[in-house]
Amino acid sequence: MSVELLINAIIAGLLLGGFYAAVTVGVSISFGILDIVNIAHPAFIILGSYIAYIVNQTLGVDPILTAIIVLPGFYALGMVVYQVYYQSFEKRGQDALRGLAFFFGLLFVTEVLLILVFGVDYRYVQAAYIEYTWHFGFMDIPFRMLIPCVMSLLMVGLLQLYLSRTFTGRAIMAVSQDQLALQLMAADPIKIKRTAFAISIATASLAGAFLIVIQPVEPSVGREYIGRVFAICVLGGLQSLPGTVIAAMLLGVVESLTATFSGPSWAPAVSFGFLLLTLAFRPAGLLGR
Amino acid sequence: MRAFYFYVSSILVGGLFFAFARWLGNDYLFFAGYTVLQFVVLATAWNILGGYCGYVNFGSAAFFAMGAYSSVALHKLAAGVDRYFPESLVGFAKLILPLNIPTLIIFGGIVSGLVGLGTGYLTLRLRGAFFAIATLALAVVLQTLIVNWDFVGGSRGAYIIRPGEVPILGSYIQYLFLVMLVLAVVALAAARIIEQSRLGYGFATIRDDEMAAEACGVPTLKLKLIATTMSGALMGMAGAPFPYYIGYLEPSSAFGLAYAVNSIAMPMIGGTTSWVGPLVGALLLGIIQQIATVTISSAINLLIVGLLLVGFVIVAPKGIIGLVQDFMRERASDKGQPTWRSRLAIFANMRPGAR
Amino acid sequence: MAEPLLHVDNLGKRFGGFVALDGINLAVQPGERLGLIGPNGSGKSTLVNCMCGTLQNETGSVRFDGQIMDGLPANKRTHRGMARSFQLPRPFVTLSVAENLRIPLLFTAHSRGGRHLSKEETENRCHELAGLVGLAAKANKLPRDLTQVEMRKLELARAMAADPKLLIADEAMAGLSQSEVDEIVALLIKMNERGVTIIMIEHIMRAVMAFSQRLVVLVTGKKIADGPPQEVVGHPEVIGAYLGQ
Repeated sequence: MSVELLINAIIAGLLLGGFYAAVTVGVSISFGILDIVNIAHPAFIILGSYIAYIVNQTLGVDPILTAIIVLPGFYALGMVVYQVYYQSFEKRGQDALRGLAFFFGLLFVTEVLLILVFGVDYRYVQAAYIEYTWHFGFMDIPFRMLIPCVMSLLMVGLLQLYLSRTFTGRAIMAVSQDQLALQLMAADPIKIKRTAFAISIATASLAGAFLIVIQPVEPSVGREYIGRVFAICVLGGLQSLPGTVIAAMLLGVVESLTATFSGPSWAPAVSFGFLLLTLAFRPAGLLGR
Repeated sequence: MRAFYFYVSSILVGGLFFAFARWLGNDYLFFAGYTVLQFVVLATAWNILGGYCGYVNFGSAAFFAMGAYSSVALHKLAAGVDRYFPESLVGFAKLILPLNIPTLIIFGGIVSGLVGLGTGYLTLRLRGAFFAIATLALAVVLQTLIVNWDFVGGSRGAYIIRPGEVPILGSYIQYLFLVMLVLAVVALAAARIIEQSRLGYGFATIRDDEMAAEACGVPTLKLKLIATTMSGALMGMAGAPFPYYIGYLEPSSAFGLAYAVNSIAMPMIGGTTSWVGPLVGALLLGIIQQIATVTISSAINLLIVGLLLVGFVIVAPKGIIGLVQDFMRERASDKGQPTWRSRLAIFANMRPGAR
Repeated sequence: MAEPLLHVDNLGKRFGGFVALDGINLAVQPGERLGLIGPNGSGKSTLVNCMCGTLQNETGSVRFDGQIMDGLPANKRTHRGMARSFQLPRPFVTLSVAENLRIPLLFTAHSRGGRHLSKEETENRCHELAGLVGLAAKANKLPRDLTQVEMRKLELARAMAADPKLLIADEAMAGLSQSEVDEIVALLIKMNERGVTIIMIEHIMRAVMAFSQRLVVLVTGKKIADGPPQEVVGHPEVIGAYLGQ
């Protein structure tokens, strides 16, 4: 094991981890804060990838720029999904089992629709920075990893500011912990939850663009991310965004090391194994008590 | 008496189908029938944990695949008896290998049952969504292990050559069909027995309120382990003959998402509180998919399953059985005397008003 | 004095840094009617949960009927003869009233005394219990068809179905009207007369005073008073900490 290989693997892992933070932040909001088990989140991410792909192919627009432009669309989609979820499950009371099946169905339907429209071929995008790599001595920093990582950390940072500084943001945090405080703030919990869920889906637009910048995408790629996002989310302590970033970096590094030293075919087992062990032995997360 | 009717009618229906297909002389019907029956077993197995106990398993495909791969492993072992056994044991190994299908089914059941037990232990403290996500994770971990296990073909997959001679009449697929028919009856019978027993009541209390169940003296952890083991074992049994059915098994087909989705969608669409629900759901969805695969495409039939699942959980959360129950209750309150429908309901062991 | 039925010795429990229970000592004699009071957050429910096995205590021990209970899960404690009702009723929502009552019979009363109840005996017990709390007419209804007070009665009847030596009634009357409170108190006294030791956790002082032979007061996880009800409510510390609120 050479030191250079090791350091490069760690750098790649950290860059990957930054991207994982963007993938997970939506679930940290929907699952961690709102207690809505949106296992369809990765499907929305793949949807984001395909939108970035279409626009990039037809108009040549940068995928990340596309994602920012279509953010309102994803936000609206999130509002619709929440409204259906609320009317069908939350309002009727404790029927989490069916809510889960609902999202599982959504995941599946989205994936199959994408397959029907685009087939199972891998799709990729073009942008000037994708081919570019910085070299510092023996260290390689590919831009197709760096840009998504930086943008992703920026997005999570902004979300953290939003959640901790603005009125609505604080109301969102209060939704999970203190319904009474929320009432005192004279906020409508349903509206707050709808806003929060819509934001969580909106992040999928960006995460999808990052994903297709990093690697070619086909419809079933999303499934690999179910384990990752929930592993990171649980590991990060569910509702803490800084916790999410730390856990994402950790998983990124571990995955990168595994891929480098024991081959990429073992990589999926890492995140899911991580998740299983976390759930079994440390359900409160790394930073939990 | 009801049990008697159950066995007689299920064997009659299966037998009639068998005779009909033989009369048509169409082997395709057996291929399609096998798949539908396999889904009956999977849906029933899923429902023991998901419907009765309220624990959603997203990893059905993994339990199914473990059953299938245990057969592959034994098949490979049989193919290389001379290589894998010490000389003194070769004679003995040749005597017992290759195993016949019923033995493989029992073996697959044991393997997947153990995986189920392990899952249960690993997830004892997990509830609701966390359990569901853990099963999803487990499926991927197991798939990765199989992909990296060269003995059973790894990611390339494995060819299985069917044995030449057939134990009973007819072609090999007819034999497989009969085996799966028996397995489906066994699974349904098991579900029925559970529902009517103390175990079934215990499962229902776990679904409704674990803390209250504990306070009533229900050993919830033990019952959960029983449920994960039984459910896993039945799924494994459904998977064990699969390599012989398909001829060539690769991880991505054995672990296919279609199994996971179908085994959730079928009970949810049929109804989760009684054994009839998964049966109805599996027959309905299974037949629709067989028709759609032939007439349109296999991607479309998966889309149909997904849309039906989403539609049903939103519009009819109690499934088809729930809809029928509501309909019957209205009728019953109109007349106030038992009708053929209410008798049917009693036969189906549907609890009044249960969700 | 006879050997106490329940002996709580130096019981402690914390959640993170928060000390919920701090060295609780408590002895309950067979056949006693004990009232347990304390302001919100004083640790009453935590104490109940630690006694019943819903939570595990960290220090000290719980001895019941001559046996150490520490580390036993809740269902085992129920088998040994401890039963509880929940503060917020927790019926099995997909089971009928009769089926709710059948659960403890099937899983607890069944296996006690080395003899299984026959199907008939189980049914008879179910009806008897439903009759005891006045729910016989609603035996085949689902919990969602019950009123608040009926739900509380079901909760108590289900606890009684386990045929307990000790019944812990956790705020069985919160939110009920005066006449309904009297009904439940009468019910609890009736159960006590059948030989069941009862610990009643309650906020409603009228009910506590009518029911209790002895009163224990918890404040911020500590026991501050223990004695005859009239004496305890006159205790200056109790007045200061609890009644003076």
